[in-house]
Amino acid sequence: MSVEIAAETSASSRRVAFDWKDLGLRLALPVLAMLVALLIGALMLLLLKVNPLTAYAALANGVFGNLYGFTQSLAKATPLLLVGLGICIAFRASVINIGGEGQIIAGALMATWFSLTCRTWPGYLLLPSTMVMGFLAGAAWGFIPGILKVRFTVNEILSTVMMNAIAVQLMNYMLRGPLMDPQGIAEGTFLPQSERLPRQVWLPRLVPQTLLHAGAIIAVVLAVAVYIFLWRTTIGYRIRAVGLNREASRHAGINVPVYQALSLTLAGGFAGLAGVFEVIGVQHRLMDGITSGYGFSGIVAALFGGLHPLGLIPASWLFGSLLVGADKMQRAVQVPSALIDTVLGLIVMFVVGSNLLSRRWSARRGIAVAKAEGD
Amino acid sequence: MYQPATDTSIFRLPVAVGILAAAIRMATPYLFAAVGEAISQSSGVLNLGVDGVMLLGAFASFYVVLTTGSLWLGVLAAVIVGTLMGLLMSLISVTLKAEQGISGIGLYMFGLGLSSLLFKVMVGTVKTVVGFQPIKIPFLSNIPILGEIFFQHSLPVYVAFLTVPLAWILLDKTTWGLKIKAVGHNPAAADSLGVNVNLVRYISVTIGSIMAALAGASLSLALVNLFQENLTAGMGFIGVALVYFGGWRPVAIMGGALLFSTVNAFQLWMQVLNVKIPSDLAVMLPYVLTIAALALAPKLMRQPIALNKPFERGEH
Repeated sequence: MSVEIAAETSASSRRVAFDWKDLGLRLALPVLAMLVALLIGALMLLLLKVNPLTAYAALANGVFGNLYGFTQSLAKATPLLLVGLGICIAFRASVINIGGEGQIIAGALMATWFSLTCRTWPGYLLLPSTMVMGFLAGAAWGFIPGILKVRFTVNEILSTVMMNAIAVQLMNYMLRGPLMDPQGIAEGTFLPQSERLPRQVWLPRLVPQTLLHAGAIIAVVLAVAVYIFLWRTTIGYRIRAVGLNREASRHAGINVPVYQALSLTLAGGFAGLAGVFEVIGVQHRLMDGITSGYGFSGIVAALFGGLHPLGLIPASWLFGSLLVGADKMQRAVQVPSALIDTVLGLIVMFVVGSNLLSRRWSARRGIAVAKAEGD
Repeated sequence: MYQPATDTSIFRLPVAVGILAAAIRMATPYLFAAVGEAISQSSGVLNLGVDGVMLLGAFASFYVVLTTGSLWLGVLAAVIVGTLMGLLMSLISVTLKAEQGISGIGLYMFGLGLSSLLFKVMVGTVKTVVGFQPIKIPFLSNIPILGEIFFQHSLPVYVAFLTVPLAWILLDKTTWGLKIKAVGHNPAAADSLGVNVNLVRYISVTIGSIMAALAGASLSLALVNLFQENLTAGMGFIGVALVYFGGWRPVAIMGGALLFSTVNAFQLWMQVLNVKIPSDLAVMLPYVLTIAALALAPKLMRQPIALNKPFERGEH
């Protein structure tokens, strides 16, 4: 159990002298990465003969200009937070989950099918069971790559990508077949969308006339729960131990494959819940493009939040704001919102690229601190 | 009960020939992407951003052909885009030693976003270009059946298949290939023998990225002759999977690409015929097949040992 002891001592010593400068650096690097990415975005706008100041002003105005924009940013932050929580759990176990998109679809699909099938149930029964079913569907979509990884050594990056493609096709089939809106069939529009979900399964709106729904509060509560789970329970501790040092964990008697598969399953479950909330909280039906790319932008938020559930809360709001602002920018000054997708990609590369700098910096500081203590 | 019309039955020769010829043609982007990725991965760098590079390559070559009408300038544009994206990926993953799975996703998002942005601002609506025309190879194309399947394609299709033996020679028969594989298997040993690990990785990643951009160009200039947002729809990811599927061997990768494209061509044919198997379910087949093959394939014996591991001198 040497790992546990080592981890305990390092944890307790950190509690004695909390390294504020280290935290400052951890916060500064992602922010710097974001500023550089936005700057490059501005250069691209200049090349496209658009005034970057006008574009970014429209972006900021879209979020802070009125109450609707602000609530909208919180509504978009909700799926990012949920997907990001799953990413945190998986990455903490050194498992890379690229399957957010597919897991969101699995959750949304299940929530739609289940709530429509059991539409006669009262709300107090239907609402929680829909959420549980959606979580389980997402979890199943994460479990498959998880079990393939630990039993058949299939690289989880590849299998999660494949599972995304399968989920998209499954949704296409369901929306054009069994789940297609009967009204659309009757009217001959044949829109690829489901019937409207029964009213008792709709999540209450926090601010009337906006898209902000009660799922936002549930997501924040879950973020705290995931923090407690990862840092205050044995299972969470083992998940992190597996991620820090697989070999040492194995020698310490931790069943590494079980915890790796578990972390992917949980990651899938949280992404699945994000899908549930999109259908019962925002759209009230399933339609094409339900994921809005949250499976990928959730990764950005998770990295930005330092793979920490609590850091993820502000990070997901920040990226929710960026996405809302991008839509407004597109409408106000005709700059395609794809600009922000480009910037998100740059942020991912810069944040993972800057890890080396932060490691080196920490190492240098570590030596300096040791020297100072030795004197 | 659906009865297929007799003249389109797969058991009739022209239909089968058509499907197989389509399979050969549709393997092109996968071949370019996967063979390039195999070179990159052999040096120890997983480039998950292939799909993003493909999109940018497809857009750049499409746009140049749209404005200049010159196919070769279009190909040149793809090569330039591929080089730049390769250098960017190398900077982040080799020099800055980022976690490759994630930096690749960043590269993908960047390519997807930028190609959509440029398309919307510079082109706006879907337009078509005159792409590469089919070349009938003299004599060979006249062979019954085989000629139609193999020897009546456009230039990029032939070049894609040519990259397979070229990559095999590069990796297995040249000193350069030895260096690439040494760096991918044991970078510390290669380093101590005087091989510049990072340089070899930069070059390998950039070659892979250029081929990814050419994969995109083969789509927009030879297969569909147009560009639209997210034209590749995840083809690059399949390319990465094919590398694992083929165990880092170009010939086996080609086998995987052909299997994949044949299933796809077959499924397209079913769609056209409106066979009563839901076409969306048939579309899933290649992906399910890929997962199954990855699970059942011999266990990663040939995987470059240092794949996904940044090299740091004096760490071992």
